[in-house]
Amino acid sequence: MPNHSSSPTLPAFEFKSSVITVPVLNIYTTDINSISLQLREKVKQAADFFKNSSVLVDLQNVQDQDLNLALLLDAIHNVEILPIGIRGGSEAQQQSAKKIQLPIFNIPRVSAEAAPVEKQPAPPTAVSNQSSEEPQNNTINTLITQPVRSGQRIYAKGDLVITSHVSAGAEVMAEGNIHIYGALRGRALAGVLGDENARIFCTDLQAELISIAGNYRISEDIDDGYKKIPVQIYLDKQALIIKNT
Amino acid sequence: MARIIVVTSGKGGVGKTTTSAAIAMGLAKKGHKTAVIDFDVGLRNLDLILGCERRVVYDFVNVINEEATLNQALIKDKRCDKLFVLPASQTRDKDALTLEGVGKVLNELKKTFKYIVCDSPAGIERGAHLAMYFADDAFVVTNPEVSSVRDSDRMLGILASKSQRAENSETPIKEYLLLTRYNPARVKLGEMLSVEDVQDILSLHLLGVIPESQAVLNASNSGTPVILDEQSDAGQAYSDIVDRYLGEDKPHRFIDEEKKGLFGRLFRS
Repeated sequence: MPNHSSSPTLPAFEFKSSVITVPVLNIYTTDINSISLQLREKVKQAADFFKNSSVLVDLQNVQDQDLNLALLLDAIHNVEILPIGIRGGSEAQQQSAKKIQLPIFNIPRVSAEAAPVEKQPAPPTAVSNQSSEEPQNNTINTLITQPVRSGQRIYAKGDLVITSHVSAGAEVMAEGNIHIYGALRGRALAGVLGDENARIFCTDLQAELISIAGNYRISEDIDDGYKKIPVQIYLDKQALIIKNT
Repeated sequence: MARIIVVTSGKGGVGKTTTSAAIAMGLAKKGHKTAVIDFDVGLRNLDLILGCERRVVYDFVNVINEEATLNQALIKDKRCDKLFVLPASQTRDKDALTLEGVGKVLNELKKTFKYIVCDSPAGIERGAHLAMYFADDAFVVTNPEVSSVRDSDRMLGILASKSQRAENSETPIKEYLLLTRYNPARVKLGEMLSVEDVQDILSLHLLGVIPESQAVLNASNSGTPVILDEQSDAGQAYSDIVDRYLGEDKPHRFIDEEKKGLFGRLFRS
């Protein structure tokens, strides 16, 4: 029997913001048949990977054309992929999305909290080996084997792996995680596009500044006990945590 | 095949010109035809250190502007007939140097010389950039103190990204560390960074350590490259560096404090 007398002070829910990675399906044609056919081909290559995975449908390339959104969504559903929203598209296309209560996302970046649909855990970001057609989805990891010198800046779209040191006055940034197998004396900024799950791993922390998704800490505020030892740095409820590994 | 060596540092006053003069003379003494170019247009010094300041007629900028031929501008050293100096212009500034002009002069020199030593000006601007742009090897001159080390680090970043070799994705410039004005006694007292400290920050192949020495000042004042002062510690250190650069395996010296004998102790201070 449900307990109706539960204390009113106990919150029934909580709004939280969170960032997830979602594959994007770029639509290049309004020909539903050929989309349907090619989707089936693609899914056949890795059925487990695609099954029940969520996808954001990008209509930027067909916004000037006449597209039957309902048919397109059916075609996607038919291969057991779950569209969680659209982005881009013409006024009419967005109207038809609204009609079926499909969320519409902004073009440059996906705001995840706007999606009311129950989401599957985001598929692993290792989509790169699936030769998928969504270029945004291919994580581009960067490997640096030379020292990053003072004044140099490195930006990685995916994870950044450095097998040498990062000098004072150098800046390394990644949209994903940063791994440094050497001394970090410069600045390291992980999750620069807002990925709060990004982490920094470093075998010798002497950093000027560390930051994850915009939450930063400067050298002065880093406990000396964590300096010159291997650490990982991650976010926990907007707080930057440094942990000895 | 000729090799272009740039002597660079980022920071000023660390011993680039002293080093350029010494290693150019050292290479020439070993029988290699060597040219040394002063890139410090407007602040000409190399001619003084090499003692040929009274024989300058034409300079680097004249050659670039085709007002003189390379042979007219090159000054042959009186002590070693394998060494030639291309002085900088004192009346112009670094804007007088152009990438095409420098490239043309270096290509011309490469036809007849074995080694071309480019004495870079301080800073990371035009003069320093042009001095290192065509280089095959870089001698990074660093003093054992933090600001010099950081500037060298910055310079190494520029060597790795803005040289011709980097732009054409060829084999990168070979970088060597030269630690100058090293004083083991002060390192021991913690007043100076040690070789290990500098190596830790720069991770660079150490070509040699040149001790802080009165001989360097004396040599500069008399216009004799310090490498010719074979009795001096600095002269010997530069000789070792030339040998190591040419592939000889020589143990490092002058890193640890010399044991003072009885006389040393008596006459000290």
